[in-house]
Amino acid sequence: MNLHNNPDNTHAYTRRAFLQSSAVLASAALTVPAFIQSSAYALPRPELGLASIPGVNEDNILVIIQLSGGNDGLNTVIPYRDDTYHRLRPTLAVNVDHLLILDKKIDLALNGAMTGIRELFDQGQCAIIQGIGYPNPNRSHFTSTDIWHTADTSGTGDGWIGRYIDAQCCGYGKGQSGQPDGSHTLEPPIAIGREAPLALSGRHTMPVSFESPDLFEWAGGKFSEDIIENHQQLTDMSSEHADDDSNHSFLMRTALDARISSETIRKAVAAKPLVQYPGSSLAKQLSMIGSMIRAGMKTRVYYASLGGFDTHANQTGGHTRLLRQFSDAIAAFQKDLAAQGNADRVTTMCFSEFGRRVGQNASNGTDHGTAAPMFMFGPKVQGGFHARHPSLTNLDNGDLKYTADFRSVYAEVLDKWMSTKSRDVLGASFKHLRVLDV
Amino acid sequence: MPSAQTRSTQTRSTRPIRVETSLLQIRDRDFGYAQARHLLLRAGFGGTDEQIRTLAQWGPKAAVDHLLDYEDIPVQSDTRDAFDSSIIRPRSQAEQREIQRARQNGDEDTLSRFRTMRQQAQRADRNQMRQIQRWWITRMIQTPRPFEEKMTLFWHGHFATSYRTIEDSYHMYAQNRMLRSYAVGNFADLLRGIIRDPAMLKYLNNNQNRKSSPNENLARELMELFSLGEGNYTERDIKDGAKALTGFTYKDDAFFYNKNTHDNTTKHILGVTGNLDADGFVNAILRSQACAPFICAKLYKFFVADIPTDVRRLKGPSRTVVRKMSTMLQQHRYELKPVLRRLFLSRHFYDPSVMGTKIKSPAELVIGSIRSLNAPPRNISIIANAMDMMGQSVFMPPSVKGWDGGRAWINTSTLFVRQNTLVYMLTGRQANRNFVERTNYDPTRLVASMNDPRLDGNPPPELIANELLDLVLGHRPAGAAQSLVEAANKVDKPNSAKGITTMLTLITSMPQYQLC
Repeated sequence: MNLHNNPDNTHAYTRRAFLQSSAVLASAALTVPAFIQSSAYALPRPELGLASIPGVNEDNILVIIQLSGGNDGLNTVIPYRDDTYHRLRPTLAVNVDHLLILDKKIDLALNGAMTGIRELFDQGQCAIIQGIGYPNPNRSHFTSTDIWHTADTSGTGDGWIGRYIDAQCCGYGKGQSGQPDGSHTLEPPIAIGREAPLALSGRHTMPVSFESPDLFEWAGGKFSEDIIENHQQLTDMSSEHADDDSNHSFLMRTALDARISSETIRKAVAAKPLVQYPGSSLAKQLSMIGSMIRAGMKTRVYYASLGGFDTHANQTGGHTRLLRQFSDAIAAFQKDLAAQGNADRVTTMCFSEFGRRVGQNASNGTDHGTAAPMFMFGPKVQGGFHARHPSLTNLDNGDLKYTADFRSVYAEVLDKWMSTKSRDVLGASFKHLRVLDV
Repeated sequence: MPSAQTRSTQTRSTRPIRVETSLLQIRDRDFGYAQARHLLLRAGFGGTDEQIRTLAQWGPKAAVDHLLDYEDIPVQSDTRDAFDSSIIRPRSQAEQREIQRARQNGDEDTLSRFRTMRQQAQRADRNQMRQIQRWWITRMIQTPRPFEEKMTLFWHGHFATSYRTIEDSYHMYAQNRMLRSYAVGNFADLLRGIIRDPAMLKYLNNNQNRKSSPNENLARELMELFSLGEGNYTERDIKDGAKALTGFTYKDDAFFYNKNTHDNTTKHILGVTGNLDADGFVNAILRSQACAPFICAKLYKFFVADIPTDVRRLKGPSRTVVRKMSTMLQQHRYELKPVLRRLFLSRHFYDPSVMGTKIKSPAELVIGSIRSLNAPPRNISIIANAMDMMGQSVFMPPSVKGWDGGRAWINTSTLFVRQNTLVYMLTGRQANRNFVERTNYDPTRLVASMNDPRLDGNPPPELIANELLDLVLGHRPAGAAQSLVEAANKVDKPNSAKGITTMLTLITSMPQYQLC
């Protein structure tokens, strides 16, 4: 059988990169199932490289960071001159000594913990998009996260990056027989963590996920290094039963993806970063992403996350700590990219599934709300504030009314940064907010 | 006893064109080693070679009866006082008064003393939760009634409740006991049990559902996730259902009906009108035509195939079989056992499109490996942690929807964790530690227990490899045996303990091992 006779299930982009190394190809001839081999020989010469969509800068990289749990936007980007803010948050309003005032003319300040981001803001490398949300806001963590990940207000369907890669990937519906013509190849996105985020999962695309490099390796080698090659042989061994849409084929593809990316990723992240990163979880994730970028991996989308933003009780201490971790990690990451000379190629986008209610609750915390700011970082963003800050008095059932749709940001990233047609991915057109300077 | 030759499993080269959807009983002659192995994997957590051969010899009827009628198998019963029920307890009135006084007087010392006590209790409770997790995992490993634990796991995923929200380990334990006691009884009892379960009442905020300020959380999920599925009720049903559930709360560790907060007005729920209370609400649910199909689809998804949860989206054979099961469940007035017995005996259940095609849950993978390979569980804490990394931490499902299952279990990260957990169990080695667990695993007993005369003395290595493939994988991929023997030879003699461990480590690392 030949997997590529059915373009619906081609998943060749990683295996293609894998098989392009001639050394691997030689040994692969012994072990790789026939259907992969045959496609390998049909591939264009490796030196032609991966880039070839005319006029497309295939070097651009997007890093997505999710602040999970629902970040309290009003204590992150703070309307410190608004009396309503202080009135509705008698014990939670950030004290004026703990503010980073960006510009005397602006009524907004950053939380005092965010010194690193403030520096980026002053350098024009931080865009703050205010009042981001979507119609009929959902206050469930799961549903709202799904809405952000799918870019669909029902929260169902494939992830938006997954759909983007599906659309670009190896010639679906293109070429005479639906075979990959080798021109539109994309690496799968990489997520740090134990989950495959929905945003990165498409109909055909599955991200490569890993939690830490020391766990991203088959441990059987610790028992005997000599049997690793047998393990690889057995992993690649296809039974005749490999239906294209079967769980069996799905497992084979994932296993092959895991083993192909394992060595590349572990080698990349083993290098010592050029700058010192803080010790937080997010900093570790970004440090690994920085190392993968530095190693020249062709991956275009990376995903990291920081949890703990569900601050229902005694919010101040914990929230301040999280914002400091967030800010310090971003600052180190941008320094790393600059030291590598890769800063211009990388844009980082940060979101949270929702903001929190305007008024504090009875436990010195805040409950699930709606609109909140998004952050974008990098030399190619249009630094400063975008969209309007939502009113604290004109509320929807005690919640902020969103002033900009998050899909406008996605659309701009897809159109301008990933050089694709956002309409094809999002199913509708969204007006750009001009947050990117490209 | 079937000879070693008949142990060879189903052929996988030809795909059947038609999927058998009959619930008629499988013929005795069609029930061999592969079928008995399949039954043990799905209705339990897998079996040893000896167990598989025994069930195959008994035939389908006796095999299924043995698994399902587990009440006759003696088991050490768990008791109410197995764990400490008083770690998390509400403050006494005297304490509450003391705190109030301290607040009024700005007595920070007293307030901070109470805060510290609270934090200590929470820490102790988190420890107890970990103990309870280990207790259940151990029970799943050791129980002579695997179907009982499998069903308890099913209901735990169905009536998903998480310790992360309720933060009371004893309530989680009590819920687990309740689910086990009704595991294969009547679904109506489970619904009546769950609306009286302190953990669930807290998880879905029904303790805050009062006549004066209704909370619809439990009413909604009771229909959407526990019994009918989306689209089979209206917003009105939720609103009035919530009213029916008012006053259902708990005191300490027991259900408590607070008649002062119960709403005695007339309700209209799912076509039934009257002054319904919570049991009236449950009865209205049970009368709905949507209930049996919803439960049967969930059971089918758990035991038979990775299908969508939404009954309306079912297609083909799964749709047909779920419909037949629903009719039966209604005929038997929600008694679960007759339906499950029929399912496990059915020709459909042993169709090649069903066998060996479902992705193992982390529990099935981990518990099943230990049970079928006689592998030492080693450190249960490490096993529990590994299951968490695979996405299934028992007592902590990700949401009230439970675990998605199927392909959602698998990504590159979890696949390595799955493979490496097996490496750990078999060899004592971990990916990120140089420390080697020295507990000895002697797999030669596994081969000896296969009771095949050809395996006596100095058997051909390929024969060992193939028999291991039959047991562990359920089939023999072309070329696999040669590769296994080659690897074993690099480490030791293929029939030595180390040689066999090598082969098992490699087989359990194959993508196919994730299927059952």
